Amino acid sequence: MSSRTPRASGYFRTDYGQSIALIQTRTERAGVVALVVLLLGFPFLASAFYLDLANQVFLAAIGSLSLMLLTGYAGQISLGHAGLLAAGAYTAGILSKEINAPIWLTLPAAALVGGILGVIFGLPSLRLRGLYLAVSTLALYFVVVYLGGEYETKRGYSTGIMVDAPKIGGFTIHGDRAWYFILLIAALVALLICINLLRSKTGRAWRAIRAHETVAQALGIDVARYKLLAFVISSAMAAVAGALFSYYRSFVSVEAFSLFLSIQYVAMIIIGGMGSLLGALLGAVFVTIFPYVIEAGLLSLPGAQHYAGILFAVNYAAFGAVMIVFLIFEPLGLVGIWQRVQSYFLLWPFKHRPAAGQRK
Amino acid sequence: MQLIVNIVVLSAIYALIACGYVLVYRVSRVLNLAHGELMMVGAYLLLTTATAFPGSPLVAIAVAVALSLMVGVLVYVFLMRKMTGEMVLAAVLTTVALGILLRGLVVLIWSAQQQYPGEALGFTNPAIALPGGGRISTFAAILVVATALIYSALFVFLRFGRWGVRMRAAGQNPLLAAQRGINLHAVYALAWGLSTLTGSIAGMLIALDSGLTGTMAIIGLKAFPAALVGGLDSLFGALIGAFIIGAAEVLSIQYIDPLLSDVVPFLVLIAMLIVRPWGIFGTREELDRV
Repeated sequence: MSSRTPRASGYFRTDYGQSIALIQTRTERAGVVALVVLLLGFPFLASAFYLDLANQVFLAAIGSLSLMLLTGYAGQISLGHAGLLAAGAYTAGILSKEINAPIWLTLPAAALVGGILGVIFGLPSLRLRGLYLAVSTLALYFVVVYLGGEYETKRGYSTGIMVDAPKIGGFTIHGDRAWYFILLIAALVALLICINLLRSKTGRAWRAIRAHETVAQALGIDVARYKLLAFVISSAMAAVAGALFSYYRSFVSVEAFSLFLSIQYVAMIIIGGMGSLLGALLGAVFVTIFPYVIEAGLLSLPGAQHYAGILFAVNYAAFGAVMIVFLIFEPLGLVGIWQRVQSYFLLWPFKHRPAAGQRK
Repeated sequence: MQLIVNIVVLSAIYALIACGYVLVYRVSRVLNLAHGELMMVGAYLLLTTATAFPGSPLVAIAVAVALSLMVGVLVYVFLMRKMTGEMVLAAVLTTVALGILLRGLVVLIWSAQQQYPGEALGFTNPAIALPGGGRISTFAAILVVATALIYSALFVFLRFGRWGVRMRAAGQNPLLAAQRGINLHAVYALAWGLSTLTGSIAGMLIALDSGLTGTMAIIGLKAFPAALVGGLDSLFGALIGAFIIGAAEVLSIQYIDPLLSDVVPFLVLIAMLIVRPWGIFGTREELDRV
């Protein structure tokens, strides 16, 4: 990930290793160490509520990172992300229920199913663009969720599938704290995969396709292949997130994968900021925490018990309003705000970058 | 016979809703995914006017229809106008966000319970026996007639009406249209208003026929494949598309599995996107140039 902020003078790269390294300067190293300490210390300080919230953020982050790869970088719109999460969750649920498969089998299986679905979701993208593609993913979402619901009713799990706590080497994973570390590692792995994909040939091809498909093709990029690859990788990641979700909640049901969930993921990458991995993470945090903030705000008003019944409606309305505000007033999302704050301090006391030799 | 009646009624519902998608898309190339919610708002407006004008149901309906036209215009003026010239995706996502906002607001204003505007207006809904052994409820029959009337009115309006011609011109080439003195914002606002109006009439009639809850928006979403199968920029296509979707849905409920009813429209949509993405009567999108 090439850093946008200018580095202090006196820092020179002298070999390729330094150029490839993710952590380059002493300040960055200190920052990463501080972050790691914070993340490792968090579960021992936080209450169960905040621990659960953090776990939800990690799950959402994997999903939003995968959607960011697809939409923010490769430029392929998907409104069916919840369908892929559902597919992963159902794969894990069904496998562990029907053949008692352990977690080290169900997670790759979920990734595989996600990948196959990715090809199916991606095939229309070879012919369709923009709007029509979004619509086809929306249609596929309904099909996937229907199949999941059909399985539930046909097998008699009308309320949902219970998933047993996974075992790794005789050690059963349960409790929020154990899950915190597993989901943290999963989210970090997802982030590393994304960073490395994006600074390699694949990432460059995706960005070219997003900028202009015809030009990308003229430059010798195999557009069809890279589009499908974007769908496959993104879908596999989303499916794994779904599988982890089913284990974490130890329960799978169609209700959890409503169309609203798809929209929430799209909202994450819009609110966070298109075309930025940091944006995907910020968006995941924002969208996950948002309903809790609304709830806390509403319940702190006088006569709180009157509002309990309409809480979900307030949530919906506020969520829609926030999405509209970001789309109209801040299309660059939270990352855009962050960059503006950053450049304010970097340029101080000046207001604008010098017109000539603009640095990017 | 009953089967044919069911197909006709469902197709009429889808057709009446689908023309809203077509109107907005044809004029401004924006896919309005909040159409189902706007239709629901129209139906709820009838509930409010029914209590505001007790004893005069026709006035209540007329006021509700006029209000729904205004809602559509306001949506354009305050929201979608800001998205003209933006990326198509941003505009579509704005409508998605609007849909979520409206869903929340509807529950906040009118509560989530099932309500019956028909009773509030003092209407009864007797079934009419048709020759051949089929039965149709009064409001379903009115809906079929209304669909026919609205479609003929729209055809005439777009073909001969002054503003209809302007709408077609703006849809074909906005730049040229603007240079010939057509007020694009007015045309777009009119398209949104008409779209919401027709959708709301559908919503009101469905609500009069079978009651009103917050889940009505789903019907609106299921009508969307009808618009796309027919061709998103063809009004006649929407009619045919609605018939295809309606027939497929009723037949699959009858002969395969009632649970399928929610996915059948989307299965037809996928099939159509694979074979002919621009729909039966739609115009093919231009190739992009560098």
